[in-house]
Amino acid sequence: MLVRLLASPGGGLGAALTLVLLVVGLAAPLLAPYDPFAVDGPALSRPTGAHPLGTDALGRDLLSGIIWGARTSLLVAGCVAVLVSIVGATVGLLSGYAGGWADDVLMRLTEAFQVLPRFFLALVVIAFFGPGLDRLILVLGLTSWPLLARVVRAEVLALRTREFVEAARVHGASRTRILLREILPNAVPPAIALLGLVVAQVILIEAGLGFLGLGDPNVVSWGALSSEAQQFLRVAWWLSLFPGVAILLAVLGLNLLGDALTDVVTGRR
Amino acid sequence: MTRRYVLRRLLQVLPTATVILLVGFLLIHLAPGDPVLALAGQSGDAEYYAFMREKFGLDEPLTTQLAIYAGNALRGDLGTSYVQGRPVFDIIAERLPATMLLTGTALVLSTAVGIVVGIVAATSAGRWPDVTVSTTALALYAAPVFLLGQLAILLLALRAGWFPVQGMRDARDPGTGASQLLDVGHHLVLPVLVLASQEVAAVARLCRVGLVDELARDHVRTARAKGVPERVVVTKHALRRALLPVVTVLGGRVGHLVSGAVIVEVVFGWPGIGRLLVTAMQTRDAPIVLGIFLLVAVTVVLANLVTDLLYAWLDPRVRYS
Repeated sequence: MLVRLLASPGGGLGAALTLVLLVVGLAAPLLAPYDPFAVDGPALSRPTGAHPLGTDALGRDLLSGIIWGARTSLLVAGCVAVLVSIVGATVGLLSGYAGGWADDVLMRLTEAFQVLPRFFLALVVIAFFGPGLDRLILVLGLTSWPLLARVVRAEVLALRTREFVEAARVHGASRTRILLREILPNAVPPAIALLGLVVAQVILIEAGLGFLGLGDPNVVSWGALSSEAQQFLRVAWWLSLFPGVAILLAVLGLNLLGDALTDVVTGRR
Repeated sequence: MTRRYVLRRLLQVLPTATVILLVGFLLIHLAPGDPVLALAGQSGDAEYYAFMREKFGLDEPLTTQLAIYAGNALRGDLGTSYVQGRPVFDIIAERLPATMLLTGTALVLSTAVGIVVGIVAATSAGRWPDVTVSTTALALYAAPVFLLGQLAILLLALRAGWFPVQGMRDARDPGTGASQLLDVGHHLVLPVLVLASQEVAAVARLCRVGLVDELARDHVRTARAKGVPERVVVTKHALRRALLPVVTVLGGRVGHLVSGAVIVEVVFGWPGIGRLLVTAMQTRDAPIVLGIFLLVAVTVVLANLVTDLLYAWLDPRVRYS
C-alpha cells in the first residue's frame, strides 16, 4: 500500500512535504538558527548569508520564525486531528450501527455542524474568550468532525451485514466488541485519508486567524508573521512571501497526501 | 417539485438554526465574567447595566433568557454597539453593500470562469492545457488568501502600478456618476481576482471531473457518431449533466467566500463587514461580533437551502428518493 502511495507523483510529493513539516515542527529548537523572538540582526534586512530569509522590522530572524511557526501549526493540526477522530468516529459508529431514529437525530446534528461556518465560529470564540491555542484547538476540533462521521457511518453501513461481522455476532460478541474490533479497523484507512484534507483546512484557518491578529501572542505562527508583513509590503517583500509559501507548501503536501491516500484506499476495493 | 421534499428540506433548517442561536447564547454565558458585561461592555454605568439586565431577563431562569435572546435575534434586534452607541443592525447594514459587491462579483465571476476553464481542461484531458489547469488549481487551493492578496498588491499594484493598493474609492477624487462607478470598479479588480481565484480552482476541478465522465458515456458517443460537431456535443449533450456537481457546492462556496472576504477586506482595506468585524474584535465590541456571526451563519444556511432546492429542481431523482 505504501509503495503504491509513493509511486504516484502527487503521493510522493505530498508525503515528502508532510514529512518535512513533521520534522521541522518536531525539531524546531534544534533547526532554528536564532531565537525567533530575539533581536539579533539589522531591521528589515533583505535575505543574506546570516539571515537566509531576511529579518523583520525589529531585526528578528525570519527563517527561525518560520521554523517555530511550523511547530505551532503542527501542534494545532495534531490536536485537532485527535479531537476530530474521537468525535467523528463515535458519532459515525453510533449512527451507523444504531440506525432508526438515533441515526436520524445524529445525522441532522452532523448536517447542522457541517453548515456552521467554522472560521467565523473560531473568530467569535476568540473574541469572547481571548486568544489562546487551547480554545482554538477546542473550537476547531469540536466543529470539524462531520465529514469524518459520514465516512465512518458509511463504512459501518457497508460492513455491518458482511459475513465476518455476522460470524462475530453468532459467536456471541457484544455490540461494543463488534463495533470496536470488527468494524472500526476497516474504517481507519478512509478516515485517515480524509483526516489529511481536514487538517490541511485547519492549518489554513489557523493561519487566517493569525493573520487577523487573533493568534496566541506567546507563540510564533505563520499567520501572525504574514500579518506583520502587511504593514511593510512596500519595503520588505520577503516578510510576506516566505511565511505565505510555507503555509502553501504545508497545505499542498497534506492535500496531495490525502488525495493519494483516498485513491489507494478506494482502488483497494 | 414535490411539495413533500420542499417541506422536509425546510424543516431541516430548524436544527441548524437552533445550533446557531445556541452557540451565540452559550458564548454570552460562558464568557468570563458577568453576562451583562458581554452584552453591555465594560464601561457602562449602573443604570445601563440594570436596563440590559431587564431587557435580556438576566435575573430570570436560563430557559426564559434563551427564549428572550432567540426572540430578539429573530426580530433582527442584535443589540447596541458599545463603542458607537447605535443599533448593531444599522451598523452592519451600512457595511453590507461593500461586502455583497465583493462576494457577489467573485461568486458570479468564479462560476463563469471556472466552468470555462473546466471545459478547456476536460476537452484536453491528459494534455498540457489540462495539466496546467490541474497544477495551478492545486497550488491556488493550498495558498492562504492573504498570500495571494499580498502578492497581487506587490506585483500588480506597487510594481506595475495598474491598480490602487487600498480602499474602495479614491479619497482625493471620488468623482460622480459614471466616473464614480469606474473608480469603484477599478478598486474592485484586485480584491475580486484574489477572492475568486480559489473558487475558480474549485469550480474548474469539479466541472472537469463531471465532464470527463460525461464525455465517455454512450449518448455522447452516439452524438459524435451521428456527426454532431464537437462544440455542440460538449455544450449541449455533456455539459448539462456535468454541471450538477457545480450546483451542489454553491452553498458551501458562499460560506468559503464570506470567510475569505474577511481576510481580503483586511488586505485591501475594503470597507465591508469583514473589516467591521476585525475592528469590533479589537475594541471588544461583542454585540457587533455576535451580530455578524449570526448574519453570516444564517446566510450560509439559506445558501445551502437554496442550493438543495435548485438541485432537486434540476435532478428529479433527488426529490423522489
